[in-house]
Formats: sequence, C-alpha cells, structure tokens
Amino acid sequence: MDFLQPVTWAEALEAKAAHPDAVPIAGGTDVMVGLNFGHLRPALLLDLTRVADLRDWAVTDGAVRLGAGVSYARVISELGDRLPGLAMASRTIGSPQIRNRGTVAGNLATASPAGDAHPALLAAGAEVEVASVRGTRRIPIDDFYTGVKRNAMDGDELITAVHVVPPSGPQQYSKIGTRNAMVISVAAFGLALHPDRRAVGTGIGSAAPTPRRAPAAEEFLAGELDSSGLWESRAELPEATIARFGELVAAAAAPIDDVRGSARYRVHALSVMARRALTWAWADHRSATQEA
Amino acid sequence: MSTPTRTPTGAPEHLTGPGSGGVGDDAQRPDGVLKVRGEFAYGSDLWMEDMLWGVTLRSPHPYARIRSIDTSAALATPGVSAVLTSDDVPGEKVYGLELADQPVLALDVVRYQGEPVALVAADHPETARLAAARIHVDYDVLEPVTDARTALGHPTWNQVHDSTAEVTELSRESAHLHPEGNLVRHLKVRTGDPAPTADVVVVGEYEVGMQDQAFLGPEAGLAVPAEDGGVELHVATQWLHVDQKQICSALALPPEQVRLTLAGVGGAFGGREDLSMHVHACLLALRTGRPVKMSYNREESFFGHVHRHPATMRYEHGATRDGELVYVKAAIYFDGGAYASSTPAVVGNGGTMGIGPYVVPNVHVDCYGAYTNNPPCGAMRGFGSVQTAFAYESQMDALAAELGMDPVELRCRNAMEEGSATPTGQVIDSPAPVAELLRRLEAMPLPAASGDGEVDLRDMPGGVSNTTHGEGVRRGVGYAVAYKNVAFSEGYDDHSTARVRLEVVGGEPTATVHTAAAEVGQGLVTVEQQIARTELGVERVVVHPKDTSVGSAGSTSASRQTYVTGGAVKAACAKVREQVVARAERLVGRTVPDLRLAGGAVVSDSEDITVPLADLLGDDVLEETLEWRHRPTEAIDPETGQGFAHVQYAFSAHRAVVDVDTELGLVKVVEMACTQDVGKAINPQAVVGQIQGGTAQGLGLAVMEEILIKDGKVRNPSFTDYLIPTILDMPPMRIEVLEYADPHAPYGLRGVGEAPNISSGPAVLAAIRAATGLPLTRVPVRPEHITGT
Repeated sequence: MDFLQPVTWAEALEAKAAHPDAVPIAGGTDVMVGLNFGHLRPALLLDLTRVADLRDWAVTDGAVRLGAGVSYARVISELGDRLPGLAMASRTIGSPQIRNRGTVAGNLATASPAGDAHPALLAAGAEVEVASVRGTRRIPIDDFYTGVKRNAMDGDELITAVHVVPPSGPQQYSKIGTRNAMVISVAAFGLALHPDRRAVGTGIGSAAPTPRRAPAAEEFLAGELDSSGLWESRAELPEATIARFGELVAAAAAPIDDVRGSARYRVHALSVMARRALTWAWADHRSATQEA
Repeated sequence: MSTPTRTPTGAPEHLTGPGSGGVGDDAQRPDGVLKVRGEFAYGSDLWMEDMLWGVTLRSPHPYARIRSIDTSAALATPGVSAVLTSDDVPGEKVYGLELADQPVLALDVVRYQGEPVALVAADHPETARLAAARIHVDYDVLEPVTDARTALGHPTWNQVHDSTAEVTELSRESAHLHPEGNLVRHLKVRTGDPAPTADVVVVGEYEVGMQDQAFLGPEAGLAVPAEDGGVELHVATQWLHVDQKQICSALALPPEQVRLTLAGVGGAFGGREDLSMHVHACLLALRTGRPVKMSYNREESFFGHVHRHPATMRYEHGATRDGELVYVKAAIYFDGGAYASSTPAVVGNGGTMGIGPYVVPNVHVDCYGAYTNNPPCGAMRGFGSVQTAFAYESQMDALAAELGMDPVELRCRNAMEEGSATPTGQVIDSPAPVAELLRRLEAMPLPAASGDGEVDLRDMPGGVSNTTHGEGVRRGVGYAVAYKNVAFSEGYDDHSTARVRLEVVGGEPTATVHTAAAEVGQGLVTVEQQIARTELGVERVVVHPKDTSVGSAGSTSASRQTYVTGGAVKAACAKVREQVVARAERLVGRTVPDLRLAGGAVVSDSEDITVPLADLLGDDVLEETLEWRHRPTEAIDPETGQGFAHVQYAFSAHRAVVDVDTELGLVKVVEMACTQDVGKAINPQAVVGQIQGGTAQGLGLAVMEEILIKDGKVRNPSFTDYLIPTILDMPPMRIEVLEYADPHAPYGLRGVGEAPNISSGPAVLAAIRAATGLPLTRVPVRPEHITGT
C-alpha cells in the first residue's frame, strides 16, 4: 500500500485525479478500522492532514464554511452556538479521542447510514463543497447520499468543506445507542425549526439505506404552525400535533433488523425521539426572545 | 538460547519495584507504574530480530466436512516459510482441559466457525495472512446443531416431575457431533422428598446470552526453538503447567523440552484457560527453526477463545405462605459449543450451587452441558454460577411478589448461615453471612432521585445522546445475593508450588518468591510480595518471572490464587523462617521461644535480641520449595449429587438502583452497592478493585454484553458491536467489605474475584423489573424487551 501526503490543496486534487482509487484519510476513524479489520485494502492512501487549507472554519455569506479537516471536538467547542444541531450530534460521537480525530467531512465521505452528523446536516439543509482539478461544486445535502455507503462524489473529487447556515430557530438531535456512550447509532433524529423560512427540517439516521429526511413530517408540522399562527403566538403545541409529527417521522423510515436493533424498535424509537425533540425545540422557541 | 526482547521498557519479569506493605495493607502493585505509563510489555509486544509471524486459517463454517486441503499456492508465496495442517502435528492431535476432544488443527470435520484449520509462518504478518487466504480448503458444508436442548433431544422442557431416564436418552434426530453423543455432562442433585408440595408455587423460564471475557490484550505469544530440540514459549496465559501438559502431548516432547514463561497478560477472566496459539506457534517454530510470534487481532480473538456458556433454565419454587422455601426444582441447560473445554466443571458449579445461598429441604436439579456447533464455551469468571443466579434470584423476586413479601425479607428468611447444609449435603463450616450482607445493603442510603435540579444528560438513560430529559424515566431498585465455590472442586488435587529464597543483596535482606501462578491483572504479584514481607520481615521482595522451572501453581481462576498460591508462599516462607530462627538460636547459643522476623532482623519481644539478617546470613542463600494443598474435596454421588464438593464458599450481595427510559427501553444504572465477606482482605484496595470490576462485568451481562449467534455464526466479533460498559454505564459504588475469617484458609481469607460478578447482574435485572413492571426473563435486556418492539 502506498501513501501520499500532499501539503497543498492543489497537490491533493492532482493526486486524486491521478489516482481516483486512492482512499483519502483525515482523522482515520473509519479508514483505520477498515484497514485493521481487513475490510479495506486500498492500493493508495491519500493523507489530507498536512493540507492547511482544510483545517479552519469561517463565516462566509452568512453560512459557516466548515473546512474538511475540522474535528468534531472543535465543532463542539468552537461552533456550539452557531451550529447547535451539529454540535449536539458531535457530542454523541465515539470517545474524546475519536472526537479529536474524526471530521464531519469524513462522515460524509464514508456516507454510512449510521453516520452521526448526517441527520443534523439534513435538518439544517447543509451543502457539501467538493473539488477536483476540474473545479469546485456545491452539492445540496439532499442530493449527497446516493446509496448504502455511497455518495454523489466523482472519483477525482475530494470534500473541501461543508456549508451550514446558522439557524434562525432551535435545533435538536437525539441518538439511540445500547450503551450510554461510545456507541454506533441504532437510530438517530435531527430537527431544525426555521422560523425565518417558516419551515421545518428533519434528518433520520440508521433507519434507511441512506440518511434521509422525513418530508411529510416537515410539511405537516410547518403547515400546522402556519395555519394556527403558532410561529408568532408561540403558544403550546397541541399534543395531537406532536404525536402526528412523531408518527410521520417514523413512517419516513425504512429500517432493517440487524445486530444493533430490530426494525420495529427503530420505527418506534424514531417516533419517540421525534416527539421529544419537537417538544424540546418548541419549548426553546417559546422561551426565546423575538428573533432578529 | 537468546531471550526475546520487548519493545516497551518494562518487562513483567522485572517486578522489583520498591513497594512496601504486608498482609492487610494497600500495598502498591509492582507493575502498577509501568502499566499506567504504558510501558508494561504485554504478550503482543514480544519481539525477536529474526522472528517469523504465524497466522491461523480458520473455518468459515460452523459445521463442515473437510474433503481436501491444498496448501501449494500458500507455500509458493514469497516470504512464506511453512504451511502446516493436522498432518504436521507430531503427537496427539486433540487436546482439552478436561476431555481431549479438540483438534490442534482440524482433522476431517470442523465443528465451529473459526476452528483452526491450517497455519502459516512468514516473514511479515501481511504476507502470512495473504498466504493463508491462498490455502484452498474444500468443505462439504453440513447443517449445524445450534441449540443445546435440541442437541440433547430435549426439544421441550424437561418436565422436572418426570423420570430423568426418559429425557437423557438422546434423540436420534439430532446429529451426534462427537462419537459419544452430544451430552457432555448431566449432573443430578436429589435431596429430600422427591414429590414435595407447597402452598405457593412459582415457575419461571430464563435465558442468559453468551458473554465474552472481553479481555483487552488479545491472545499472543512467541515460540523460540531451543538447541536441545525443544521449544521455549512466552505466552499470555492463565495456567502455565496445564498449557505445558497439553503442548507436550501435541508435540510429543517431554516437559523438560517445553519450557513456558508468562508474557504480560492483558486480562483473562477464564478466556485464557484453554490453549489458543500455544501449540500453533510451537509447531511453526520447530518446523522453521526460527522464533515465531502469533498475535491475534480483536476479531480473531473473538474466535480464538472460549466464551461464557449461554443457558436456558426452568425453575419451580415452592414455599409456605409465610415464605419458607419448601422445594426447588430446576432444569439447567448449558450450551458448551463444539468442544468440551471446561463444560463438565461448569455443569458441576451450575448444578451444585444452582438454587443459590438458601436453605431448601427438598431439591431436584438436573444440569446438562451439551455439544453444539456454536462457539466453544468454557471458563469465565463466575463459571456456571453467573447463569443460575439470574434464574434463582428472579425466582426469589417472583416468589416474594406472589407472597406479597419484601424480596429482602424473603431472602433473609431462607438464607444460609454457618452450619446450614447445602443441597449437596455439605455443612457449611465457616461464616456464611448471607442475611447480614442483605441487611447491610438495605441499611445503606439510597441515591437522590433523578431530575432534581437541572438535567445533566450524563445522568440520564442514553447519556449525552440526548434521548430524554426525564420523559419516560422510572426508577427501580433490585437486590440479589449469590455464592460461589472458591478453588477447584469435586476431588481435584488443587495444589500450588512456591519457592522462596532469602539472601542478602547489596547489604539488604531480599526475598525472592518464585511461583508459576499467572498474574493476569488481578494483583497476585502484589499479594506474593505482601505475604513474604509479613512472614519474613523484610521490605525487599522480588517476584521471580512466572515460568515452568518451578512446579505448578494451578490455574489463575476459580478465585483461588490468593488462597492456594498465597497459602503456598506463606508455608514456604514459614520453612525459610524456621531456618533463619534456627541460625539465630545457634548464634545466641540457646532456644528463645518468641523469636520472630521483623524489620530485616530476628527479634524477640521478651528479650533484648536483634540480629540483623544481613549479619546472620552473610553470603548464604536460604531456599525452600514446597507444594501446598487446601483440605481435600470429594467427588459427588452421580445419582444424588451428595458430597463434600467445595472447599470454600464466597458470598456477596448487590443492590442496584436504575433509571429506565420506559418508552425507549434505555437503562442508566444509577448506583451499585455491594457487600461481600472476604474473610481477610490481604490487600483491601485490590479487594475493592475486584468488587468494582466484577460488578461492572455483571452489569454488562445484564444490559449489553452478548455474542450474537445466528446459525452458528458470530454476528458481532468486534468491540463496535460487542458492547462492554463505559464509565457512563458503570455508576459509582458503595462497598462494604466484611472480614469473617474462614478458619480453614490462610489468614482466614476467602477468594474474592468471582462472587461480585455473580450477584451484580441479577440485582440490575431485578431493578429493571421493578422500574418497568415487566417480567424480563432474559439477559442481556435489550431495548426491544422493554418497549415490546
């Protein structure tokens, strides 16, 4: 196995163009597991940790541009206020050591349905910035996940950054694991309320071949909030609305039975998590001062 | 012979840390600093410059006939030095702890997924793995037998009223996995009225999943060919001499030519009692004439050692209306997997202690161990008692509910005490404070209710995964008490050997303790030093490397080493002390009745005598070697189970407090409290460590730890999906250690390690039942069991 270690982004893109089969490695929290278990035997590893351009985040055009090399630990410590949903998801990931190494971009590159960042990115409506020697493009998160551990990137492309607009309303994130830390998701749910757009964002993890949204649940809730003037009145949500939202989130899932949990449990857990997340988010919305 | 070098600086043979502290002190571990600094060399760190790497090819099938094995492509791989199959095993081709039924390398049939089939030695581990993948094995895949009761032809529950003759006859429909059939052992306990009746009867069926020892240091060792045609094996193991015996048999070499030294052991818990890479590495080393290292990765480790027996159990308890136990009937099935390993002894424990530490006049127990095509099961901490405790303690709770009685009250009313008879007719002749352990737990304050003040997610079921802020959370409290035999039972000659040397080194009196007792992390090396300090009155005690140049110490298992090897060290020290005192008396010129050793000198309390050992010994070396035995046990009657089977019992009790998110089925154990009688705490800090560790391992089985098997295949051979408790799962503990001396044991001590592993899980299960109101008869409890999904 060969090992390339570019120090500039241009070199990295050239290397990827020359070797489309090269496996990029940043934190290594997925790649090294694959190597150690013999599931992954790439001819070439492309180490991106020396590329300085990837290491930072910045606010551009009102969105956070999160460099591909930024660790989960930094998302938690530096972006907890701007990207609360993603920070909550990041807190559920692995151990402190894993969070020091792992990156959101790595989660996207692997595109596992169990990746913890995905439901938060879906709910927030993120965009993935990818690049190749041919140029740069931005892929809406809805179009990014194309199959089990597959994404919309071409062989010569690398992830540059993730763009996430700081929310105008509350966000929540919940994940089920069968122990209380360091556990792969059995089912996960991300929720974002967007009062500015009068919209609702959702994301479901580990309960379908890809991470996915629950569009019917989003439309239902946005409609209820609109028609009842709840965005403005900030009155209590009717129990029936909360329950229906949970049902619709669960209905959007297409889980399987596997070693981590049953399909029935996943559907059930999603409905519970969706109800609770909405309850908490709505309480936040009610207690928040008038948005700017 | 050259000595293997190790990459980290601190090899386990250099345990000469300054240390201090005698019996009863919190002496510091001699290997503690090395381990905390990451400098301790484990088996996987063994290294020699010219060594080869050995790799094992394993069966992908749980049950298959081998038509042929073609090794030519593997042998042709550049860098490969040897490829071996069962044809290359020079001696006995099968081995085993109790029954020699397990092939060193597969013969004509593989009986479990992961069974070793062939070996490769190459100059690089990747080359060896690549070559192993090029070995072509032609399998005729057979239908596996994957259920213990089906294997025995008991597809329906053994009706405990029926005669056992009917149910022990094996079904013709179930394939015989071994020539003698699928029954490894059937233990019967019969006492009292065979047809008892009672006012109140509860019946329950229980299931315990397959737990793994989950030691952190996978199997590893280094075999070095010796000039005398023999082999030196450095290996992480639990019992050097039983390894040696089996290796000699397979290699057709005498013990003098198979010399073992203990490598650094990263945990064992029973999982290293059977052979893993031992014979394999020796075969490769002898074939190639080069040192050969074998070191399993985590996935291979799951296939490379035995696991805890899964169990299915049916219990019937009868009691009077005021809560006095009248009878217990039980049918217990242990799935032993493909080979016997220690299944017979596990059945022995499960059967003889299967109703718990209670006085019951009428007992009828049938305990079976079966062969199946599941992974082989054998020794694991708690050894047959963990499984039955889930059943009998669940039954006690069910009976209490039926009687409308407090569960602790019911247990205390029926608790064993000193002088009680066990169901095997053994009168307990040392303290058995079962009721006191429970009452002390009951008296401890309960933790504060959850949700008082601001929510800290780390205190919630689900932790920082943010699944509840208190919604759906209900608290439950559960109690359990258990007992466990210490040391080997049923007439086994369970001895240990100690060699103790006393000399003056650099002006300082120095004792050296040499035993073959494996230090697996439990702290025996500390205990050996403490005993020598106390018995010989010296500070400096060197623990000699653990090897086979001294006699057997027996296994580091069954909570026995502090008792048995501790007893041997104490006795050897006493013989050395006699020599010292005799010398001192010669020097003084008369008999002084109260001479003793203290502070590096021979002293007397009645007279003003102080003879420094440095002066007394000069350049002389005093050394004593002896074998030490605990009082003998005896085989039990095959038809009634009656007999003096066990030398000592250890008792512990737990109270568990849990919060359960009843909507999501997630559990947070809030607090574990434990009371345990240890007779005498040789090292109180180590005792508490054993209680904490045993508690965590029991908690793990109650709520998460299970090797999941489907059609004989392991579905989760990794720490990604075989979950063990983290610091957020294992709560703070309250621990009370009682010290009621056992007059038959050295210092009055009781084995410590296993009992807390047994009572912990059933207490957690009871607490989850209390929180949810659900019957919950299977462990580990999964979220699906609580949510009904």
